[in-house]
Amino acid sequence: MMLLAVLSGFLLALAVPALHRVAGRHIGWVLALLPALLTAYFASLIPTISGGENLLIQNQWMPGLGVSLDFMVDGLSLVFALLISGIGTFILIYAGSYLKGHKDLARFYVIMLSFMASMLGLVLSDNLITFFVFWELTSITSYMLIGFNHEDAEARKCALQGLFVTAGGGLVLMAGLILLIFITGSYSFSEILASDLAIHEHGYYTAAAVCVLIGAFTKSAQVPFHFWLPNAMAAPTPVSAYLHSATMVKAGVYLLARLNSSMDGDALWSYSLMFFGAATMLTGAYLAFSSTGIKKVLAYSTVMALGTLTMLIGVGTEKAIIAFVCVLVAHSLYKGALFMLAGALDHETGTKDITKMGGLWHSMPRTAIITGLAALSLAGLPPLFGFVAKELMFESVLNSPSWSWGLLAAAVASSILVVAVAGLVFLKPFFGPARTTPKQPHDAPFAMLIGPAVLTLLALIFGVAPFLPATFVLDAAVSSVYGSGVQTALALWHGVNIPLILSGVSLLAGSLLFIAWQGLHPTLHAVNTAGSRVGPEAGYFRFMLGITQIASWQTRVLQNGVLGVYLLILVLVTFGLTGYTLLTRHGFQLDFDFSNGYFYEFGIALLIVAATVFASVTRSRLGSVASVGVLGFGVALIFIHFSAPDLGITQLLVETLTVILLVLVLFKLPPFVNLSSPWERYRDLTVAVFAGAIMTLIMLAALDIQYFDSISSYYIENSYGLAFGKNIVNVILVDFRQLDTLGEIFVLGLAAMGVYSMVKLRAEDQHKS
Amino acid sequence: MKTNTLILHTAALAIMPLQLMFSIFLLLRGHDEPGGGFIGGLVAASAFVLYAFAFGAESTRKLLRISPRDILAAGLLFGLASTIPALWSGQAMLTAQWWEVPLPGEGYLKLSTVLIFDIGVYLAVLGTLMTFVISLMESEE
Repeated sequence: MMLLAVLSGFLLALAVPALHRVAGRHIGWVLALLPALLTAYFASLIPTISGGENLLIQNQWMPGLGVSLDFMVDGLSLVFALLISGIGTFILIYAGSYLKGHKDLARFYVIMLSFMASMLGLVLSDNLITFFVFWELTSITSYMLIGFNHEDAEARKCALQGLFVTAGGGLVLMAGLILLIFITGSYSFSEILASDLAIHEHGYYTAAAVCVLIGAFTKSAQVPFHFWLPNAMAAPTPVSAYLHSATMVKAGVYLLARLNSSMDGDALWSYSLMFFGAATMLTGAYLAFSSTGIKKVLAYSTVMALGTLTMLIGVGTEKAIIAFVCVLVAHSLYKGALFMLAGALDHETGTKDITKMGGLWHSMPRTAIITGLAALSLAGLPPLFGFVAKELMFESVLNSPSWSWGLLAAAVASSILVVAVAGLVFLKPFFGPARTTPKQPHDAPFAMLIGPAVLTLLALIFGVAPFLPATFVLDAAVSSVYGSGVQTALALWHGVNIPLILSGVSLLAGSLLFIAWQGLHPTLHAVNTAGSRVGPEAGYFRFMLGITQIASWQTRVLQNGVLGVYLLILVLVTFGLTGYTLLTRHGFQLDFDFSNGYFYEFGIALLIVAATVFASVTRSRLGSVASVGVLGFGVALIFIHFSAPDLGITQLLVETLTVILLVLVLFKLPPFVNLSSPWERYRDLTVAVFAGAIMTLIMLAALDIQYFDSISSYYIENSYGLAFGKNIVNVILVDFRQLDTLGEIFVLGLAAMGVYSMVKLRAEDQHKS
Repeated sequence: MKTNTLILHTAALAIMPLQLMFSIFLLLRGHDEPGGGFIGGLVAASAFVLYAFAFGAESTRKLLRISPRDILAAGLLFGLASTIPALWSGQAMLTAQWWEVPLPGEGYLKLSTVLIFDIGVYLAVLGTLMTFVISLMESEE
């Protein structure tokens, strides 16, 4: 059931093109049924999980490699699963309206559903390797979604940037996970969490922690990797709302939270999380305040929230983890809603620039009300859930065991800024003097408002009655991050205390900042432009440029376009290395024994030698191709003679088809001319003879020595018993070593694509010009 | 490229069905006797190549109906699909599954994921070779 739940997104993705033809413009509503069902399924697990139990569902995948499709449901993964499927439902509905009539709508849904399934897999995986596979799948689907408008060069560039940062970080993460497997000896999250092994006393610990941190920081857009996230706003808005605020970017934070109870108590872990988290929080808040594009504003405020989450894990007290879970849920609710509303604004007015919007209150009243509520949650004002979360954040920072004052200063500064940002998002477009926008604005359609409305309503309900979510899942989530049972006891009103005073200060200062925004804005813009020349993004571009330069240098040196040189390098390196190993390990031994040979065996051998000599000296290309064919047929005869009919038949057929292919190519070649000097020909001859001699010696040596017992007897004995086949060659190909064959047919496919693109696309280019 | 010899035309039409039947024969017997998807695919490809030599790339495309690249893709999909059924019965991916379907009379039909995989190999080989040959032939025109 769990396996089906995770993989159903992929299955439905396969059916999308067909469904799209049937369902037409209602496709969003139809597809949303799946995440709705999944939400119901995950909700049905709530009683078990909140009872303090964790579910472990085991499925084999590749047991020989320690890779399984095991899923673990605990409080943390359940909260994530509910957010992914719940918000996913509304995003799919929303996208059907937002992208109405788009020619690639079906493609969009295929990738979107694949992403959803990958993300569910990520948060539910118990196996570290499977987790990593899903992690990379989310990076890849995110890449395809950012670059969805692939005809736009800017979108492609941003997509590639997102991919390089997240997938590059993913590779580092893989190293970290493998080190973690070395340290703990286990591939399973649940085993690692349950063991009381002191991970941070192990010699590999520092390397493992640094790698995991880099992986999580790139994915969750922490400073200095934060620059890819705002650029990811090139994606259609449903993608920004789903991947780049509510779900995918939280994968890094999820990983940190998942491992927290095993890593906690280590200085490297907590201090890096606190430092980078606070830095990200402040940077994000400042950049959000200084941007004008509504999606950029929201993206930077997402960066801020991700920083807050990281910092709270770093603080690591019980209070901080409670705050972490609340900020996580609150942010997903209001940010998902705000992004969808921003998309509605963009869709209805035709601009993303908040300086060009104003007075939309009259034309878009429903959108305005929902935006107002969501913005209240963003600003952390009562009675929304954002307020509860922010108060908890202040409280846990106040009681942080270390760096309390520094973190508090950063937290207050960012919440001042975020109040101003909330004003930018809500007050700026909807109030003030009406401005003319590229489109005549009117309220967004129902499909685009239902999602934000429900999410905001939830934020309101959770705010007024925070014990509701707490008893259902949040307690369990906090317990699984903290590592032991916790009662959260959330409440909207805590009486007058320091966090409340800090909230008041933030609100006041934030309002003043918002009023001053108009005046400050040009200065901020100038500062940011100057800053971007030395910022991390500039570093990214220099790095990419360096890679291209190195690549073109080595291409100039190694791949200069002369086929003969490629061959020469390949042959010399291969046979030089193997020849060296052979001669030092085995020595030079030549003992031929021809006494058992039959005269027709010599005949075939002579035929092969003669064909080879003819192929290399003839001036006729056709003759050379034909004699290579003769050579192949000779080898086939040998196979048949030594009773390997399968090999013989295959060899015959391959030879025949190769000759045909070569003949097809021959027609295209220019007339035969002799371009090489005698010296070059003698050089080539020497290399060829050298390669042949080494190969012969290797063959003789292979007959002579056996380091291992041959596996053939196993195949002979088990071919019929285990695999029900009498033809051992075939049984090996399609059963015992099926994975190899699968790889080989994919190589075949790649080769076909290579030839196709070389021959066909070039011909089309010539045709055009 | 299109040849106008009557002998080749007639021979191609006569031989091709035999080659195709032979290729399927090889594919199906492969598990117990010499044969298999790879060889079968090669034989099928040689049948279509013969046809292409006699009647040209365009008519071969028409005869195939499906684009060679799609045949290749279908082959890869078959190959992948055959690895999945083991998961449903809780075994490791790629574990072969066998179903024996009794036939009227004494015999029974041996069906398996291995056969699905072999069909995948057959289609992939056929698709690859036909992609080579048809794109090379068309680039001459």
